[in-house]
Amino acid sequence: MSLYQSLFERLRAKKEGAFIPFLTLGDPDLDTSFELLCTLVENGADALELGVPFSDPVADGPTIQAATLRALASGTTPKKALALVRRLKDKYPEIPVGLLTYANLVFAAGIDQFYLDAKAAGVDSVLVADVPIKESAPFVKAAKAAKVAPVMIAPPNASEATLKAVAQLSEGYVYLVSRAGVTGTETAAGKPLGHIIDTLKRYQSAPVVLGFGIAEPEQVKAALAAGCAGAISGSAAVKAAEQGPEQLAAFSASMKAASR
Amino acid sequence: MSHFSPYFGEFGGTFVPEILVPALDQLTAAFENALEDDSFKAELGALLKHYAGRPTPLYEATHLSPNPLVRIFLKREDLLHGGAHKTNQVLAQALLTKRMGKNEIIAETGAGQHGVATAMVAAMMGMKARIYMGAKDCERQQPNVYRMKLMGAEVIPVHAGSGTLKDAVNEALRDWAANYDTAHYLLGTAAGPHPFPHLVREFQRIIGAEAKAQMIEAIGRLPDAAIACVGGGSNAIGLFADFIDEKDVELIGVEPGGEGVETGKHGAPIYMAKEGILHGMKSYLMQDEDGQVEESHSISAGLDYPAVGPQHAYLAKTGRAQYVPINDDEAIEGFKALCRSEGIIPAIESSHALAYALKRAKAASKEEVLLVNLSGRGDKDLNTIMKLEGLL
Ligand SMILES: Cc1ncc(COP(=O)(O)O)c(C=O)c1O
Repeated sequence: MSLYQSLFERLRAKKEGAFIPFLTLGDPDLDTSFELLCTLVENGADALELGVPFSDPVADGPTIQAATLRALASGTTPKKALALVRRLKDKYPEIPVGLLTYANLVFAAGIDQFYLDAKAAGVDSVLVADVPIKESAPFVKAAKAAKVAPVMIAPPNASEATLKAVAQLSEGYVYLVSRAGVTGTETAAGKPLGHIIDTLKRYQSAPVVLGFGIAEPEQVKAALAAGCAGAISGSAAVKAAEQGPEQLAAFSASMKAASR
Repeated sequence: MSHFSPYFGEFGGTFVPEILVPALDQLTAAFENALEDDSFKAELGALLKHYAGRPTPLYEATHLSPNPLVRIFLKREDLLHGGAHKTNQVLAQALLTKRMGKNEIIAETGAGQHGVATAMVAAMMGMKARIYMGAKDCERQQPNVYRMKLMGAEVIPVHAGSGTLKDAVNEALRDWAANYDTAHYLLGTAAGPHPFPHLVREFQRIIGAEAKAQMIEAIGRLPDAAIACVGGGSNAIGLFADFIDEKDVELIGVEPGGEGVETGKHGAPIYMAKEGILHGMKSYLMQDEDGQVEESHSISAGLDYPAVGPQHAYLAKTGRAQYVPINDDEAIEGFKALCRSEGIIPAIESSHALAYALKRAKAASKEEVLLVNLSGRGDKDLNTIMKLEGLL
């Protein structure tokens, strides 16, 4: 059983949702990043979504862009980012770790090789932000061959056919995007997307996790009430981390508390 | 189903966040529909003629040619309303915007020529325009920033990254992801995700189609080579499109060599030939070993882009077209040569194509006819030239 499966089963038994914070690997530098990630795990994170810094993060808003620039400026490469995941997984082998990356970083490494390297680092899932269903075949194939879960995005404007494909291809979980736009808390999460969640479930998708604009415990509650299995919080977590480990710890604990 | 494949060989595709896929599908449908609609063609044709000033002349630059064996013809896109070839496809995409029931336009611009064309057409059609422009480009192309504002467009300087075209594209994509319901992303070149490379080519095809007929009228045959500068590749693919099947016509794309391709400070991704994925497409891309996109360098803002449209990557890989770098200083020489010999001030972008033609003409030992696309006029570049001359 994958770490995601056992996590979601455990949470379901406890009638809890998953709180999944996002940080950019290597922000502001590798060692601080490691400490911040440990802080998240120690303060309730059920799984982690980790960004591999890319020079042109078009799916991200200003907060995560800035985190990306800091990580790149301190010399974070995809290799070093994976080594950081390895370090984290050696300390916490049970926590599911997903990578968020962009197509060119996967392509530059060689698609098959990228997923093999990710697996070796202990990565459980990979979401490629600029690879939609249409282009996903070689990425999904390589992910499956390496036994890494390919995670697909279900956007609020998706057609039934897209949702069906998302449900069929996505493993580990499905990333439901709460609203139009890029990551960030400048625009709040949209209204719960009941009809999309229902469609995904009808096609027997992996657990649906809501992301984009999630910054408050109330939003975690709303996501779970709408039928999601969890919530991902990116820009808000990055902002909390910018303020320091205590603030990040408090943020993580309060968001996790809302998922109970 | 679409009759254009998203791919040119291995290049092209639709590498965007899933949320943009419906907007691209909608655009593909509107585009293909329009291509078969006589009323669309009539409306566009009338605008191209009466608003933009087509057909543009073909002019033989007899005073420019350094070699009596070589005849150089210029396709005068610089005489188009707006000052560059950009107007052709902006008119078409603005009509498509209306057909999709949208009234807002998002655009990116490098030299500002695409921004100016967009602002112009948005004003004329009563649409709102938001134009993203790298902060560095805003500085080197100030007159164009002011032109856009005069025509009512909002110009948004982008400070991220290199502050050039690549970063402006990123911001435009972000805006589009948030506003696709009401806004069309009017991409400025034959790059980006499907269907943009096809769409821009089809609406720039008129450059080569006119030039072909004009060459036959002028000399009774086709040129030996068709030459154009390549940023994203729109003016070049517009010139090439109707010549691709004419195997006797050499197709030459001129990339910006910047300070020299060996210095790394250039904007010549085809010369580097490293495949990658950026801005929705798989194409040639300037990048480091990890896949981080590198910053390009060119004296001409309109060519300062680290990628290139996918059809050019394909034409290069299959050998149908040749791509050559021309350095900043060679381009400036070409610029001055045309000013002095013909009384025409070309864009620094177009001067890259001119410089290649001059180099080739000087070396020629047999008769040859060269067709050069003069993609734009140089008024916007006077600041850059005056700075170089120490006058500013
Ligand atoms: C006059 C002129 N020529 C050429 C270009 C390069 O664009 P493309 O390669 O799409 O023709 C530009 C872009 O701004 C331009 O202004």
